[in-house]
Amino acid sequence: MIKVVHYINQFYGGIGGEEKADVKPEVREGVVGPGMALKGALGKDAEIVATIICGDSYFNENIEEATEEILKMVKSYEPDLFIAGPAFNAGRYGVACGTICKAVKDNLNIPVVSGMYPENPGADMFKKDIYIVETANSATGMRKAIPVMAKLALKLAKKEEIGPPAEEGYIARGVRKNIFREERGSKRAVDMLVAKLKGEPFVTEYPMPDFDKVAPNPPVLDMKNAKIALVTSGGIVPKGNPDRIEASSASKYGKYDIEGVMDLTQETHETAHGGYDPVYANEDPDRVLPVDVLRELEQEGVIGELHRYFYSTVGNGTSVANSKKYASAIAKELVADGVQAVILTST
Amino acid sequence: MRLELGNIFIKDLQFGEATKVENGVLYVNKEELLEAIGGDNRIASIEVDIAKPGEETRIMPVKDVVEPRVKVEGPGGIFPGFINKVDQVGSGRTHVLKGAAVVTAGKIVGFQEGIIDMSGPGAEYTPFSKTYNLVLVCTPVDNLPQHEHEHAVRMIGLKAAAYIGEAGRNVEPDEVKVYETLPLLESIKKYPDLPKVGYVYMLQTQGLLHDTYVYGVDAKKIVPTIIYPTEVMDGAIISGNCVSACDKNPTYNHLNNPIIEDLYERHGKDYNFVGVIITNENVTLSDKERSSNWSAKLAEYLGLDGVIISEEGFGNPDTDLMMNCKKISAKGIKTVLVTDEYAGRDGASQSLADADKSADAVVTGGNANEIIELPAMKKVIGDLKPADVIAGGFAGSLRPDGSIVAELQVITGATSEIGFNKLSATQY
Repeated sequence: MIKVVHYINQFYGGIGGEEKADVKPEVREGVVGPGMALKGALGKDAEIVATIICGDSYFNENIEEATEEILKMVKSYEPDLFIAGPAFNAGRYGVACGTICKAVKDNLNIPVVSGMYPENPGADMFKKDIYIVETANSATGMRKAIPVMAKLALKLAKKEEIGPPAEEGYIARGVRKNIFREERGSKRAVDMLVAKLKGEPFVTEYPMPDFDKVAPNPPVLDMKNAKIALVTSGGIVPKGNPDRIEASSASKYGKYDIEGVMDLTQETHETAHGGYDPVYANEDPDRVLPVDVLRELEQEGVIGELHRYFYSTVGNGTSVANSKKYASAIAKELVADGVQAVILTST
Repeated sequence: MRLELGNIFIKDLQFGEATKVENGVLYVNKEELLEAIGGDNRIASIEVDIAKPGEETRIMPVKDVVEPRVKVEGPGGIFPGFINKVDQVGSGRTHVLKGAAVVTAGKIVGFQEGIIDMSGPGAEYTPFSKTYNLVLVCTPVDNLPQHEHEHAVRMIGLKAAAYIGEAGRNVEPDEVKVYETLPLLESIKKYPDLPKVGYVYMLQTQGLLHDTYVYGVDAKKIVPTIIYPTEVMDGAIISGNCVSACDKNPTYNHLNNPIIEDLYERHGKDYNFVGVIITNENVTLSDKERSSNWSAKLAEYLGLDGVIISEEGFGNPDTDLMMNCKKISAKGIKTVLVTDEYAGRDGASQSLADADKSADAVVTGGNANEIIELPAMKKVIGDLKPADVIAGGFAGSLRPDGSIVAELQVITGATSEIGFNKLSATQY
């Protein structure tokens, strides 16, 4: 039997409307409000063991505490599945559903499903993280939304393969998945070109994303007293690649001590990078990670000091999401260690 | 320029007393072959093996795949600048042993060699599970620098393909296809009312084992230029690169560039395919600016109304792709891009390292980061051990039973950026 916990707001919980939106989370055994219909749709394989109700204002004004409280409540039931909403076009309700779903997924590692109108701000915020079934913009769409949510939730709980958005009824998550098409790519390109030339409609296979633009920081004015760190995506690691950083699509980064190291040599360091001829980097790893030059600058007093650790990963084929994750973890440590500037080398 | 391609369909491959084609069977005399391709003192040994479609065979690590061809009429010989002199190729008649391929394999050169499975799930993704493969496992002498190793194996592959191609010289082809591209002004005169389209063919030239050659010239050192599509069919462009196996263009793919074939298919009907602009993917910003300015200038100069732009590799060259797209689009020329994606194993990451609004018509060859499981095979040609270190592999990719779990990236030709396959990706 799949144990389900359901989350709804104060309105669907029957506590009250806007005037009761500040009620704190509470938990009730069994089904409440839309949980009735959900129970029917889930059928005999699943049971809603508890329903958590929280005021929309309370949640949104106390996101961290509310999330923590609700997470505790969910956890105490040890459910296999978590369902929130549907929130339709109610903005604060949508954000609450999305936030709590993501927290449950991340912390308890169980499948979660919500339902929202695509323009609900919660949909935009969380569609990447969780499955959100597309609903109408008001509760009149309840009857249609519940069976779709239940079906998808059961599939997730049973670890069945999830089909494309149009088939399963969820809002596209922006996740790329491989498929085989009818024609080879070159033919599809020619067809697309002919359509474009004729001004006929065509569908791009990869819609351009919004691209991150990072504004450069102001320059470091006092280099003489600055602590400088070296970070590279060029794969320089101690000889033997102790952390086994992959040659491509790196799943990790390494942090390595260079206290007292004046020069990287082919005896001490090498590259793990699989995207270029490693001969020159292995001959003299300073070519990618210039420890030798920075030591000179340190001695000459041009820079204050070279940070004791360098960080290294392999940029080759490594996803942007992973790169961001590594960068934010590395940046946090660098800031904590009082580093003022970083020389970032690639290959 | 007019080229007849005579396809001789190869239905089997065997070792034999003489190297010849008889009733669709390609026989190869091993000793004669080794004589033709041997003699490089940088290579300690070459083993020759055969892999056929449907067999439970895995070939790895694979460096290049080359199709056996021979020029039977017209100037020049196959692979000008390498095997033959630099006479201009692309006219007359060329015979092709269609269905046969030379696969170079053996000790890893870079990290980016690939896997070819002749059956099972991996076979679905590589074009070379459908060809009869003559596999050359080349072992270098000790401590041979990688670029020397690459050069030696590259030459062995080309020599072998040329040697075997000779077997088709006097064989009557099963089909003859004719491809013709007229000089620009004549072409425009012939099809005055059709829109003019071209192909911007980006060649992998990041250097350090990522090189492509045009008539023997390292394409890093060219500025974009114009080439007749039929020259490519005679081996004017060859691969010398070890970029990730999934989206490099093996020499085989250059010879059979499907964008060129499919552009010819509707030439004279829906548009006038006037020619190919080759450009490179060098790593410095000034090189990128110069080459993209130049390709846009040539597209404008040729009076093109539309172009297909194909990429080779990923990451750094994504910038070249976007620069080409942006600058060519800015000239009022319609663009379609062909690329592949590195969206992470979960597909949730951004697929390309660069983006531009003008890139509104994109064909994708799929997400190279997606994980695939390749069951153990009865026979292995080469060596399984590099599975953990080739691009797309990771610690533990090779399991004790000989099966492999890795990113699709490891499969030769899987996410072709010249549209060789039906594989693609979509939004979930």
